[in-house]
Amino acid sequence: MAKVIVVTSGKGGVGKTTSTAALGAALAQRGEKTVVIDFDVGLRNLDLVMGAERRVVYDLVNVIQGDAKLPQALIRDKRVETLFLLPASQTRDKDALTSEGVEIVMETLKRHFDWIICDSPAGIERGATLAMRHADAAVIVTNPEVSSVRDSDRIIGLLDSKTLKAENGERMEKHLLLTRYDPVRAARGDMLKVDDVLEILSIPLLGIIPESMEVLRASNLGTPVTLADKTSAPAMAYEQAARRLAGEIIPVTIPGERRSILAKMFGRRAA
Amino acid sequence: MSLFTFFNRKGSAPAARERLQILLAHERVNIGGQSDLVTLLREEILAVVAKHVAIDPEKVTVTMERGDNVSTLEVDIEIPLHAEKKAA
Repeated sequence: MAKVIVVTSGKGGVGKTTSTAALGAALAQRGEKTVVIDFDVGLRNLDLVMGAERRVVYDLVNVIQGDAKLPQALIRDKRVETLFLLPASQTRDKDALTSEGVEIVMETLKRHFDWIICDSPAGIERGATLAMRHADAAVIVTNPEVSSVRDSDRIIGLLDSKTLKAENGERMEKHLLLTRYDPVRAARGDMLKVDDVLEILSIPLLGIIPESMEVLRASNLGTPVTLADKTSAPAMAYEQAARRLAGEIIPVTIPGERRSILAKMFGRRAA
Repeated sequence: MSLFTFFNRKGSAPAARERLQILLAHERVNIGGQSDLVTLLREEILAVVAKHVAIDPEKVTVTMERGDNVSTLEVDIEIPLHAEKKAA
């Protein structure tokens, strides 16, 4: 049975699309059939981050409107056999995404995939609420920064009220993914610490992704971070987050905790 | 990141620049509801085939690859032996 995950945040630019691609690729590499869906109609970007932008033929709206069949719109990843992308449409028509249409697509995908990862657009409008509607679990992407934490709190409220799970009186599984974390600045007291964010949002921690050049580099190349340099800190952090999502119990480490003596000296000196 | 990869890696920005140039060249044509050439061809080819043959949408595979100088369009349609459309 498929598990539907929504990657959401409320705020834009915190790393939803990067995280969707990275988690999707990591899950697919376990040999489980995974589809990542872009719900950002009008401003799609998951295709670009996945490196499939030149191969888009049909999109989610084409499928919903009956112009294409679902298998025709799915783009198979060239690197990982079990990874697929369902791109969003570039249409400016806001009503192109219908609730009934999304439901049919999700029900069909559930029969064929192990993981369905929905990349939510920013905001709390139609695209965002439809992306979370069918989810079994939510990954809330948050930066250690005040506006991001506040918006995440708003999204948690929506997850507990506007989703099918919530309407059926079930509990939505929620996971915090802290991205762009800089341990040096947090140690210096210039950035919210992991415990601060956890205490405020009070949802379990899925992982901490360190701020890294590798993330920009991977998106430049159109490669999910977990398929680029697998030994890089963000790739390993995402890979572990994916395993936790799949139910493995792995303790969360704060990146950079085992810093070298030299780094510690510089960290202190700058304080 | 090892020292070796550090000195060996080329910047990824040129790749990003090239990808964006190709993508935007194709996307800018679409402004105003117009489709780019590849999309237009795809739709017209399918329409012509549908005029003569009852196409099973499940048996159609379309792939496109938008390139810098060359784009490719591959339309794979399975046509059964006795598929001539009956004149209405």
